[in-house]
Amino acid sequence: MAVTLDINGKPTAIQAAPETPLLWVLRDELGMTGTKFGCGVAQCGACTVHLDGQPIRSCVTPIAAVGTAKITTIEGLSGQHPVQQAWVRHDVPQCGYCQSGQIMSACALLAQKPKPSDEDIDNAMAGNICRCGAYQRIRAAIKDAADFGPPQGDKHADIDEAIVAASGATNRGAGR
Amino acid sequence: MNAPVSPKDLAQARPSRRDVVVASALVGGTLLVGCSPADIMSAGSKVEVGAFGPFIKIAPDGVVTVISKHVEFGQGNHAGLAAIVAEELDADWTKVQVEQAPANAKLYANGALGAQLTGGSSAIANSWDQLRKAGAGARAMFVQAAANRWNVAVGEVTVKDSVLTHTSGKTAGFGELLADAAKVPPPTDVKLKDPKTFTLIGTDRVRRKDAQAKSDGTARYTQDVRLPDMLTAVVAHAPRFGAKVKSLDAVDAKKVPGVVDVFEIPTGVAVVAQTTYAARMGREALKLEWDEDKAEKRGSAAIAQLFHDVAAGRNTETKWEAFDQRGDATALASAKGEKVFETTYEFPYLAHATMEPMNCVAAVDGGKVKLTFGSQGQTLDQLAAAKIVGCLPGSVEIETLFAGGSFGRRANFQSDYVAECVHVAKKVGKGRPVKLVWTREDDMRAGYFRPLTIHAVKVQLDKDGYPAAWRHRIVSQSIMKGSPMGGKGPDQTAIEGTAGSPYLKATPIVDAQVALPDVGVPVLWWRSVGATHTAFVMEHTIDQLAAKAGKDPIEYRRALYTKAGADRHLAALNLAVEKASAPTVGWTRGVAVHESFGSVVAQVAEVKLEDGVPRVGRVVTAIDCGVAISPDQIAAQMEGGTCYGLSAALFGEVTLTDGQIDQTNFDRYRVLRINEVPMVETNIVPSGNPPSGVGGPGTPVIGPAVANALFALNKTATTRLPFVRSES
Repeated sequence: MAVTLDINGKPTAIQAAPETPLLWVLRDELGMTGTKFGCGVAQCGACTVHLDGQPIRSCVTPIAAVGTAKITTIEGLSGQHPVQQAWVRHDVPQCGYCQSGQIMSACALLAQKPKPSDEDIDNAMAGNICRCGAYQRIRAAIKDAADFGPPQGDKHADIDEAIVAASGATNRGAGR
Repeated sequence: MNAPVSPKDLAQARPSRRDVVVASALVGGTLLVGCSPADIMSAGSKVEVGAFGPFIKIAPDGVVTVISKHVEFGQGNHAGLAAIVAEELDADWTKVQVEQAPANAKLYANGALGAQLTGGSSAIANSWDQLRKAGAGARAMFVQAAANRWNVAVGEVTVKDSVLTHTSGKTAGFGELLADAAKVPPPTDVKLKDPKTFTLIGTDRVRRKDAQAKSDGTARYTQDVRLPDMLTAVVAHAPRFGAKVKSLDAVDAKKVPGVVDVFEIPTGVAVVAQTTYAARMGREALKLEWDEDKAEKRGSAAIAQLFHDVAAGRNTETKWEAFDQRGDATALASAKGEKVFETTYEFPYLAHATMEPMNCVAAVDGGKVKLTFGSQGQTLDQLAAAKIVGCLPGSVEIETLFAGGSFGRRANFQSDYVAECVHVAKKVGKGRPVKLVWTREDDMRAGYFRPLTIHAVKVQLDKDGYPAAWRHRIVSQSIMKGSPMGGKGPDQTAIEGTAGSPYLKATPIVDAQVALPDVGVPVLWWRSVGATHTAFVMEHTIDQLAAKAGKDPIEYRRALYTKAGADRHLAALNLAVEKASAPTVGWTRGVAVHESFGSVVAQVAEVKLEDGVPRVGRVVTAIDCGVAISPDQIAAQMEGGTCYGLSAALFGEVTLTDGQIDQTNFDRYRVLRINEVPMVETNIVPSGNPPSGVGGPGTPVIGPAVANALFALNKTATTRLPFVRSES
């Protein structure tokens, strides 16, 4: 069927069977490959996009269910969104494959709760798997983006200097 | 750094000459007698090398591109490799970028493995000398060019942040001097910096170069490859390992809109379509019967029982191989009493479960092959493709992309998913690119698991409570058997970590043996390889021995390390314990220490039980990995490695029922999520030694640290992983 979807603020005409998951329309029909395929059954969160601001798993969302809702994908962020900047500051990504989904979940969380608690972060992010285990930095980056910590600069440096001076060893992780 | 082939184990591990020659002989002509395997493997390659050698390119704007022979799948090696070059070159770190090397075993072989292969946590270690020399050589060429231009002595020219300065004050950047420098003959002997004068290595300026691309969706993975006229393929695999297609009815599948072709390949039935979704729908419409005559039909419980029988001597068909025998251990076999400790441990099959399921893009046009994917073992993949197509391995072109995780999965001797893609692309032919996509279920069912493994341990303590005699039996599956990299003697990947343990070194009488029965479930290295089970066995056993001896487990380790001369173990343990300081109220501590890939990691883990499930709070880590090139990425690997190891220890288990995999997606293969993650603190032991591994060593220590905390908490030892078992 031919439908027009609102993707990142642009009306986008697509041609696909109504039961086709949004994920495959984005990736295969439109070439928007920032949104990833991970599990196909809404277990890993790699395919997370926003539907009217709500995080959804595009791998199990048929295009017939989208209607006129506004779709936002990782390509719809500026690349310099505060969450993306925090991700870079903390060197969050390792393999990076899950990070589009992580960032979309984090953006939705912060839009709803500008100052999330650890529990809020757990609840909002537990649907996004990261096999590299970058979770500690994901949490730190969300708090940083929420302006809990120093918003700019290299926060490790002062910690390191103090510890190197004291022991000759470097320490990181504490307090992040 | 992530991927797990131990350089020590594989020092002899090169694609055998015979194998390579057989491959090249297939083209029916060029038999490259008298050449090294690297020569043969690179024959037909058209890689061009610039003025500054195979690892450095410099553009007219002064931007330095470091060419990485190692794939980046999260381990941060691209940052570290670039920093090594930038340090010796005195390049402006903000104007350094990284590019992936093409496939060419002669130029880009892993010095530890003899093939172009990222593994064994060896990327930085095997590149250290090579890239320092490359950077220093290029620097010398620029200095000479500046001296020539200014007509001054080279000793009067200094370099900082990509700018050359003469004592008179004259300056010129890399870009300005590029043409002249490129004409200077590369020096044959270069002077490397004194590590004490490093200004980039070891600082927090060494950060990832790919963080932006991996945060805005532009980083390119195999899954994202889109080429003109490209088709997508999925493959219907047999439900059991070793089964073959018996009958195929593709009539309905071919009717699915978008499906282009359906055909049989050695591993199953390929459905080729215009889109991923169409290919999957086509596969669902296949009518298939399988010939399971030669299939592995045993369940994992039966396999575990077999291994227990072998370990206990009830099954005598499997050959034992000794790997550490000292003194006469015969008395220990029948020894009893309060000074005797005896137990068995069981470890399940584990899936790597990378976020990006296995995939590959191939185009085959006659004898021409182009692969575009996150290749981990380019040389192995070239060999596999060349055998299928019948061409020179070196002529198989590979564009290596970012890989969405590997943990060892993407490097295997069969190049399983790569070969599958090449078979499909060969049938499609005409150079038309085909993207092979595996679903999560395909990926989980394909095997190549961390082997199911049993350890049986019996230890006699001396009058002071220290091990006097140690009997050790390991039953596992061989990863190396039958591979071109299989060396002599017992498969090191099954014993490393028990073999070489300081605790065995400190024991006068040792009888350690391994048996590796044949099982039809494909197995492979899995982040930190043998250490995934040996670290658990050695470290958890030590706490139980200390308890038997009435000693504190930390003091017990210190005594044994001193006895064994294991100074680095002692230093790492001491640093972790010192940094951990006072325990957090309400939490119980467990300690573990293990050496893998040349690095020693010690962890102090704080654990409590919540509804019977272990909860890990704070993990204080100390690592000795030689010179720390990127402290930030070392910390990232300790954090990530701990999560990977904890995920497996808590939940990781692949089971088979009558030969079929039970866990096919993340719903049943439970992995660690953000609400279950500990806070990992990383401390680096200062060291002037050459760098050693970081990707693997962070993984195997947390499991035994948690087991030891639980043992301290409730006096119950853990004899089977995972801690949380869905079927129990």
